[in-house]
Amino acid sequence: MSFTQWLLTFIGLALVLLGLILIAALMVYGERRILALLQDRLGPNRAGPFGLLQPIADFIKLITKEDFVPPFADRMVYTIAPVIVPLTVLLSFAVVPMSNDWWLADLNIALLFVLALSSLRVYGIILGGWASNSKYPLFGGLRAAAQMISYELPMVLALMGVVMLSGSFSLVEIVAAQELPFIILQPLGFIIFLVCGIAETNRLPFDLPEAENELVSGYNTEYGGIRFVFFYLGEYMGMLLIAALITVLFLGGWHGPWLPGVVWFAVKTLALIFLFFWLRTSLPRLRYDQLMDFGWKLMLPAALINLLITAVFGLFWMEN
Amino acid sequence: MAGYERQLALTTQLQARFNAVPSKPPCDKIETFVVAAERLTETLTFLKHEAEPHFEMLFDLSAIDEAGRDGGLTVFYQLLSLSGNADLRLKISLPAKAPILPSACAVWPAANWYERELYDMFGIQVHGHPDLRRILMPEYWEGHPLRKSHPIRATEMPPYQLPEARYRSIMESYRAEDYREPTEDSEEMILNIGPNHPGTHGLLRLVVRLAGEEIRDVRPDIGFHHRGAEKMAERQTYHSYIPYTDRIDYLSGVQNELPYVLTVEQLAGITVPQRAQVIRVMLCELFRIASHMVWIASYSHDTGLLSPPFYAFRDREHLFDVIEMITGGRMHPSFFRIGGVALDLPEGWHEALQGFLKRMPAAIGEYQTLLVSNPILRGRTRGIGILSTAEAIDWGISGPNLRACGLEWDLRKQRPYSGYEHYDFEVPTATEGDALARTEVRLEEIRQSLRIVEQAMRNMPSGPVLSAEARYAFPRKEATLQDIETLIHHFINVSRGMSFPPGESLFITEAPKGMNGYFVVSDGSEKPYRLRIRTPSFPHIQSLALLARGHLMADLIVILGSIDYVLADVDR
Repeated sequence: MSFTQWLLTFIGLALVLLGLILIAALMVYGERRILALLQDRLGPNRAGPFGLLQPIADFIKLITKEDFVPPFADRMVYTIAPVIVPLTVLLSFAVVPMSNDWWLADLNIALLFVLALSSLRVYGIILGGWASNSKYPLFGGLRAAAQMISYELPMVLALMGVVMLSGSFSLVEIVAAQELPFIILQPLGFIIFLVCGIAETNRLPFDLPEAENELVSGYNTEYGGIRFVFFYLGEYMGMLLIAALITVLFLGGWHGPWLPGVVWFAVKTLALIFLFFWLRTSLPRLRYDQLMDFGWKLMLPAALINLLITAVFGLFWMEN
Repeated sequence: MAGYERQLALTTQLQARFNAVPSKPPCDKIETFVVAAERLTETLTFLKHEAEPHFEMLFDLSAIDEAGRDGGLTVFYQLLSLSGNADLRLKISLPAKAPILPSACAVWPAANWYERELYDMFGIQVHGHPDLRRILMPEYWEGHPLRKSHPIRATEMPPYQLPEARYRSIMESYRAEDYREPTEDSEEMILNIGPNHPGTHGLLRLVVRLAGEEIRDVRPDIGFHHRGAEKMAERQTYHSYIPYTDRIDYLSGVQNELPYVLTVEQLAGITVPQRAQVIRVMLCELFRIASHMVWIASYSHDTGLLSPPFYAFRDREHLFDVIEMITGGRMHPSFFRIGGVALDLPEGWHEALQGFLKRMPAAIGEYQTLLVSNPILRGRTRGIGILSTAEAIDWGISGPNLRACGLEWDLRKQRPYSGYEHYDFEVPTATEGDALARTEVRLEEIRQSLRIVEQAMRNMPSGPVLSAEARYAFPRKEATLQDIETLIHHFINVSRGMSFPPGESLFITEAPKGMNGYFVVSDGSEKPYRLRIRTPSFPHIQSLALLARGHLMADLIVILGSIDYVLADVDR
C-alpha cells in the first residue's frame, strides 16, 4: 500500500473512532432524555439546545477530575482494565457492515472474531473489580465472570443457526444471504441472542455486576474521572455493538425498500437501542441465582433445541 | 364483667406468687404492678406463658430517672396481650447508683435492643444480656443521656475538643467488627454496608457475614440518626413538643402527632370535638397513603425497578398539594393541637381532595401492574424474608409486617380511637409472611385508607375544631383580640406553657409502619417529666438478622425494603 492509502485508512479509522465515541455519548444523552420521558421528568435540558451539549459537559467534567488511584489498588491492572472494555468493542466494529459497501474489514471469520472480543471484554470488568482490591467491586467482577460464562454459550449456539442458514461466518455474507430476515426463519434464535446480548452488555434486568442498590456501583465503584469514562463509554458502545449485531444477524442489516441501506441499518439499530432503554425503565433486576438458572436451565436448552431444529430442517431443505 | 373478674384473678395471682404490688392507677387505666428485680424473669415468663390472658408481646421497655422526684430509677415493661387485647405495666425500682437489672432476653428476644438502650441511656447494667453495648450513642460517649444529671443542652457542656489521639480512637471504634467464627471455614468474609449506602435508605450500618453471596449473619448498627427526641421533650412545653413528633417518622407527619396528642389528652381528660376528630382521621389516613407511596418508591428502587419511584412521588406531590392547602405544611405540618387541630378546613378543600381521590385508583392499579404483577419482582420477593406469626409477636413486629404473617391486628379495629369505629374499612392480611405478602398488604392498605378518607370527607360534621377547655387548649386567636381574659390566657399559655395534671399515660396508635406508642410521665409541671417514644421501626430493624439469614446479598436489600422502616423512627 502506498503512503496515501495508509493515510486514508488512518483517517477513516480515526473518523470511525470519533464517530463511535460521539454516538456513544449521544446515546447517554438519549437514554437520559428517553428515561425521563417515560418517568414523567424532563431530563437534562439545560446545556445547549434541548440539552444536547450535556454529554460534552459531562465529558469535560470527568476528564478534568483528579487522576486518582486508590492506595490499596493494584496500580497496573487498575490502569489497564478500563481500557480493555472500549478497546474490544471498538475492534469489533471493524467487521460490522453498515451498508452493502460500508465496512472496514470483511473477515471470513468475522462472527468468531466478534464473539472472541466480546469474551475478552469481560476481562476488563473482572480485572477492574479485582484490581480495585475492595469488596464491592470484587463482587461485581465475580458476578460479571459468572454471567459471561453462562450467557456466552447460549449466545454462540443461537448464532450457529444463522451460520447454518447463511453458510458463512462473514458478517457481510450473512447480511447478503438475508433476502428474508433471519428473524422470521430463526425467531427463537433471535430471542435468545437478544436476551443474551442484554446480559452481555450488563443492562437491566441483567445489570448484576453494577447493581447499585446492593453493590453501590459494582465493579467500577473505585473508579473515577477518565477511567470511569472508559467503562461508561464501553458499556454504551457495547450496547451499540449488540444492537448492530442483532440488526446484521437477524434483521437483515442494510436490506429494506426505498431508503439507502445505511439508513435502514441505522433505523433498525436505533429501534433496538430504544428497546434497551425501555427495558431498563420497566424491569426489576434479577437475582444472582435466578440469572444463573435462567441462563443454564432455559437459555441453553432452548439454544440447543433451536440448533437441532435448524439442522434437521436445513438437511431436508438441501436434499429437496 | 368477665373482663373485670379476669383482671382481678390476675392481680391476685401476681400478688400471691410474685409479691407484686399494684401501683396506684395512673391516668391511662393500665394495670400497673411493682415487682422486685430478682423476681422479674419469672414474673415475665408467667405473664407470657401462663397468665390469663397471655401477654405475648413485649411492647416497650425503658426507664424513668426519678432524680427529680423520689430518687432512683424506675424501669417499666409495657406488655401487650394480643389474644386478650389487654395491657399490663410492670415496674421495677432500682437504685440510682450501680443499678442492676436481670435480662429478659430469654423470655423475649426483642428485649435485646431495648435493654441495650437502657444501658446506653440510663447506665443500667443488665445481667445475663448477651451483648451489652451502647446502641444509640457512639461507643465513646461519656455519660448516659436520659439521666436527669446529664446536660440537656450543648451549652451546659464544656467546649468541645478533639485532640488527635482521641480522634484516632474514635475513628478506630467505627471499624467494622470481625465476628467470623474461628472455624476452618475460611470462605467467609465480613462486608460493611453503610452507614452511607444506596440500599439502606438512610444512615443504617449493617455488618454482614457472608459466605460467597450467602448471608450467614447480619449485625445492624443503628444510632446514626439519633437526635435525642426523648431528651428534648423534657425541656419543651407540652404544646411546643408537637413539631418534634412530626420528625420521628418523618414520612408520616401527623401520624406521629396523633399518639402524642392523644396521650396528653388522656392524661388531662380532654374531650376532642367531633369535627376535629374527623379531620384528624382524614389527615392521618392521607399521611398513611403518603408514607406508603414513599415505600413503593424506595422498595421498587431496591429491586432495580426505576420508574415507579417517579410515579409514586408524582402522586405524593398531588397529595401534598392537598395537605398543604389544609394544613399549610407538607411533610411536617404540626397541625394537631392538644384538644383538637390548629385550623378549620379551608375553602375549596373538598374539591381538592376529591380531585386526588379520583386519580388514585388508577395510580394504584399502575403500581400493582408494575410491582406485584411483575413476574421478576414476584420471583425476587416470594419466599424471601419469611416471618412466622409466633416469631413476629416475639420480636415485637407490628403493622403491615405483622398482618402479612396472618394476624389481623390493627389497633384501628381492635381499640378504635378518634372515632375509627364509625368507618367502614377492611384490614388486609396475608398468610405467607414473606416480602411479597408484605408488598401486597401495603398496596391494599392504600386502597382501604382511600375509603376511610372518602367517608371522612362525606360525613364531615360541623362544629368547633378545638376543645374549649381553657386550661389545656389554646384560646382561639380571634377571641384574644376581643376580650382581655382570653388574651391573658393566650399570653400565659404561649409564653410559659400549660401545666398538666401529674400522672402517666400511654397511648398506642396504628401508624403506617406499625404500633406507635407515646408514654408520657407528668409531674404536674408544664413540661413532660419523661416522654418515651416507642416506634415500630426499632423492633423491625432488630429482627433483620432473623429475616436475612440464609438469603443472598441481593435479598438483603429487598428484605430491608419490604419491612419499610425510617431511620429517624428507629433512632428517634
